[in-house]
Amino acid sequence: MLEHNRGAELAETTPFIKVRDVHFSRGSKLIFDGVDMDFQRGKVTAIMGPSGTGKTTLLKLIGGQLKPSSGSIEVDGQNVHQLKRKQLYQLRKKMGMLFQSGALLTDISVFDNVAFPLREHTTLPESMIRHLVLMKLNAVGLRGARYLMPAELSGGMARRVALARAIALDPMMIMYDEPFTGQDPISMGVLVRLIRLLNNALGLSSIVVSHDVKETCAIADYVYLVSAGKVMEHGSPEQLANSDSEWSQQFMQGMADGPVHFHYAAEDYAKDLLGIES
Amino acid sequence: MLSYLQRLGAVSISMFERLGRGSLFFVNIVFSVPSVIVRPRLLIAQMHSVGVLSFSLIVISGLFVGMVLALQGFYTLSDFGAEGMLGVMVSASLIRELGPVVTALLFAGRAGSALTAEIGLMKATEQISGMEMMAVDPVKRIMAPRFLAGLISMPLLATIFSAVGIVGGYFIGVGLLGIDEGGFWAQMQAKIDFSEDVMNGLIKSVVFGWVVTWIAIFEGYDAIPTSEGVGRATTRTVVHSAFAILLLDFILTALMFGDI
Amino acid sequence: MHISRSIEVLVGFFVAIGFVAMFFLSMEVSNLSNVGGEEGYDVKANFENIGSLKVRAPVSMAGVNIGRVKAIDFDPESFEAVVTMNIEAQYNQLPLDTNASILTAGLLGEQFIGLEPGGEEDVLVNGSEIELTQSALVLEQIIGQFLFNSASKE
Repeated sequence: MLEHNRGAELAETTPFIKVRDVHFSRGSKLIFDGVDMDFQRGKVTAIMGPSGTGKTTLLKLIGGQLKPSSGSIEVDGQNVHQLKRKQLYQLRKKMGMLFQSGALLTDISVFDNVAFPLREHTTLPESMIRHLVLMKLNAVGLRGARYLMPAELSGGMARRVALARAIALDPMMIMYDEPFTGQDPISMGVLVRLIRLLNNALGLSSIVVSHDVKETCAIADYVYLVSAGKVMEHGSPEQLANSDSEWSQQFMQGMADGPVHFHYAAEDYAKDLLGIES
Repeated sequence: MLSYLQRLGAVSISMFERLGRGSLFFVNIVFSVPSVIVRPRLLIAQMHSVGVLSFSLIVISGLFVGMVLALQGFYTLSDFGAEGMLGVMVSASLIRELGPVVTALLFAGRAGSALTAEIGLMKATEQISGMEMMAVDPVKRIMAPRFLAGLISMPLLATIFSAVGIVGGYFIGVGLLGIDEGGFWAQMQAKIDFSEDVMNGLIKSVVFGWVVTWIAIFEGYDAIPTSEGVGRATTRTVVHSAFAILLLDFILTALMFGDI
Repeated sequence: MHISRSIEVLVGFFVAIGFVAMFFLSMEVSNLSNVGGEEGYDVKANFENIGSLKVRAPVSMAGVNIGRVKAIDFDPESFEAVVTMNIEAQYNQLPLDTNASILTAGLLGEQFIGLEPGGEEDVLVNGSEIELTQSALVLEQIIGQFLFNSASKE
């Protein structure tokens, strides 16, 4: 799977994104308790873990929409949370993000959605914008759907349009938030192919947040397993598949019982059935 | 008792917190207004959904309110033999009070709730978050045009409401009840003062437009991004707007017309 | 974002109607059209008692509105009220010995100034003073007088 990565030969040693000792809590609930991660240039890095472990939160931290209570996140050498508002917006132009729902603007057409960042950030003439939009839409195979409204798209198509929009400004990286959730096998296959293809063709760095083990392992160069606010394990998909950690085995193979118990913590079954409330 | 006091304290703290957040949000919007003026297209689109779509409601309500005022006023005034004052009564009540207040209440129900629901749903479907990640400031792009559109539309709607209402009163008074047409208009012109009545009514409607749009946009922006949260925010918009309108109306009326 | 032409037209229509309504309220409903304001000329008159006369009350002659009360002041030397009236410019042939009295419209109506022309050839100009004035009738005084008279007759 790992053919030519344009970015790959660029300094393997200095990661594109550096996450160092990040702590974050929402209300009284601790989400991250000292997380370190590196995201290499030109690679697809996956973050996997059970639902509710704050994978989406991590993407928002990287995008600067949330602020960690301690620790630092550097993107392309800049500390995201020390940037001024203007600089942060400048940096975000280099980031694309694909939301779970697609987050398309519902009141304008597919074409206008993809054109939106171009019209907001550039002063290109309309004919040029049309060319660019059609190119991006063609890349995701939806050039023919340009006149549809977002409400007329299926979930998978909406995500592809959102992907076309995310690459409209030719970003350096794309963050995918649960790209495979709730997709039929065909759309899933399309998305898997697109993520790998775009990563290689555009020399992007990609971060995929997911709990779909099979699809994610098929495209990821490196995987972080996150649970309970910590990185449980990391390595290439092959390394993780052969890991001797029980927890990793349970997660990677989707077993019902293991270190994470099938039963939610409860009283003794027999006692409970006899109706003796403590 | 202690827990009751604690709860009271918690409620009032969260109230002040919301008020503070709302005020900061408002300041943010005000600073974003210049970016809307540079791009009038955004404003025009919002003027359509906020103003034009409320137009028919306002016209029909205004017409009927004016007609009812004329009918009710006629029976009271005719006891004093002062039917000629009907025009004054209709136009003074409309221009000073009912025009701004009823329009603002209808505006909160029609445009305010729609604004909250729209922005709340945009938040729930991650459109606002997505816009931020595309390096587009949602306050500039989404909130400020809507705020400005509300601020401009509300006085226009209130003026239309009053004007249509007076015409409705004219139909009933002159057309149906047979009051002298000349007297109807002449008395009105003699009694209604431009700066005292018309301008003060206009100021009221601008203030109401400001408060309703502010509440509506803030509630949407601050809504919990679930369908239930958006529903609640929409209800809050209408309820809080109504309270704010009536309270401000009392204060403004005391300041403007309370020349004791 | 592109918005269709029809939306622009509708918004323009809406704003135009708003301004028409504003024009209607100011010109047809309120007194803005009567405020010729500064074009007329000012005439003063002293009254012993102005009753409840208000600024902007009408000034009429033979029942026709020809001006408005512009200001009401108090003269601390004569202890009289000084009423400044603004008379519209077209009525510039009022004799100098015109008589001004404060009248009431109807039994409970508001008070206004009624002018009665005199016979002199000279006319009132800006800054002139009307010498002949008659104060407002105060209801309590009339009743008091009536009671006093009927008591003294007995």
